[in-house]
Order: sequence, then structure tokens, then C-alpha cells
Amino acid sequence: MIEISLGHYLTLGAVIFSIGVIGIFLNRKNIIVILMSIELILLAVNINLVAFSIYLGDLAGQVFTLFILTVAAAEAAIGLAIIVVYFRNSGTIRVEEIDKLKG
Amino acid sequence: MIAHAIFFYVFSIIAVVSAIMVTASKNTVHSVFFLILDFISISCLFIMIGAEFLGMIMLIVYVGAVAVLFLFVVMMLNVAQQKNQWFASKDSSKHIPVGLIISTLIFFEIIIVIGGWKYKPEIFDINNSIAQTSISNTHSLGQILYTDYIHVFQVSGMILLVAMVGAIVLTFRQRSGVKRQSYIKQISRERTEGVEILEVQSNKGVKIDD
Repeated sequence: MIEISLGHYLTLGAVIFSIGVIGIFLNRKNIIVILMSIELILLAVNINLVAFSIYLGDLAGQVFTLFILTVAAAEAAIGLAIIVVYFRNSGTIRVEEIDKLKG
Repeated sequence: MIAHAIFFYVFSIIAVVSAIMVTASKNTVHSVFFLILDFISISCLFIMIGAEFLGMIMLIVYVGAVAVLFLFVVMMLNVAQQKNQWFASKDSSKHIPVGLIISTLIFFEIIIVIGGWKYKPEIFDINNSIAQTSISNTHSLGQILYTDYIHVFQVSGMILLVAMVGAIVLTFRQRSGVKRQSYIKQISRERTEGVEILEVQSNKGVKIDD
């Protein structure tokens, strides 16, 4: 309990990952919050990679965390651009009202 | 060691609570602020565990760029209050139990995987070799990032470039009715279409602006 081990960091990552998944499933109001939940999930993955990298003494995990950071930034930029364009065209970004594709 | 544990629990509790508040808060602007708090506490954890370069990059990239981008879009689209009722609409009650079940399933699966490592304890017994070396984390990361991973590094640069061009192309629009300066029109003007030489007759004058 006092000795912080790898398992503590992995559990923290698991908790944040699950909160992100819950945020995607439960949120029906605003698509920006879904993007934020995706950022949370990527953050949890980063926690796992960094914890393994430190505890196994292998720097490859931190390098891959850098690349995940890059891809997350690109994804956020593209996603927000798509949201801005959609809002300009249809006037809403509520998840319930985005139903042009039936399904 | 006890200070390490105290700091770990403080930062992780802040991170988990703010992650819950990201999804549960009613105002989207508050969600973005809690996301920033989450990133800050996780980067504190990274710095604490010994990955100080990643912690700082996390602060710069996430808090300085991504979260501010989110805040900018939320404020520009003026959708902060759109999230008002969480479970209000009728048809949304079906998916809530399904989502909760799937999320808790995922959580317990990950926890079982982590717990399974307890049965193979020799994996944890690798001593912390990064912390004992004399060079810093940033130094060693740079040494392998620009040598072993140089191609992946360049590919990630290309991804950023494509993302930048894509975001500009997506949001660019030509507005009608806006006066613009056109350099090509300005420099391709000829003397013949700009100036006209008239033969002015006496007592008649010249009629301009016809």
C-alpha cells in the first residue's frame, strides 16, 4: 500500500481509461465531450506506457508515448476542425441531432 | 518512500476526480478546465516517477495547445450550455445501462490483467536501471529518439504536417462580399487599360466618369 509499485500506476491507467469509455457511452449531448473522453483514453494509455518504461528500465515506452502525444494532437486538431465545419453547416453539434446518416 | 506514496495518491485522486468531472460536468467549459487539471496532475505524476521530459512535453502539448484548442472551439461555437440535461431525453435511457456494463467490464478486465501479474512476480523484480544512470532522462531520450527512432520521428512530423494542412483545408472558406487585395491583379495592370489620352477641344472640356 505504501510502496508504490507498477500495479498502482496500471490501476490508475485502468480507472482513467474506464472513465473515458464511460464518457463516450453515456454522453449524448455534446460531441466535444466525446473528443475529450478520447483524450482521456489516450492519457491512460500514456500512463501505462510510461509506468512500464520506468519500471522495466526500457526507454522505448517513453518514445512511443511521445508519438502517441503527436498523434493525439493531430487527432484533436482534425476532429475539432470537422466539428467546426459541421456546426457551420447544420447549426448544432448535439449528438442526438446528428442523424443525417441513419443508423 | 512515504512522500512518494503521499504524492502519488494525491495526484492520482485529483486525476481520477477531474476525469469523472470531465464527463459529468454540465458546462462544457468546466469540462475543458477539468481536462486541463487532469493533464497537469498526470504530468506531475510523470515528473515524479522519473519521466520528466515527457511530463514537461505533456504540459506544453496538452495544456498549452490541445486544451486551449478545445477551449477555443467550445467558446467559438457557443455550445457551453448545450449539455444541460444529462439523462433527460427519453430514448437515451436504453444505452445508459449498456454503456455502464461495457465500461465496468473493460475496467475489470484490465484489473484482472494487472492482478494476474501478481502470479508472475519476477517481472517486477527488475531493478530501476534508468534512475541509476548518470545521464538525465531528457538526454537519454534524445539519444535514442534521434538515432534508433529517427524514421518514426520523421513520420510523426509528416502526420503533424498532414493534420495541419487538413485542418486548414477543412475550415477554410471564401466569403463573398469581402474586399480583398489581389496582388496579381495589381501588378498585371497595363498602362493601356489604366490611362487614356484624350484630345481636349477648346471650350468643350472632357467628360469623365461616363
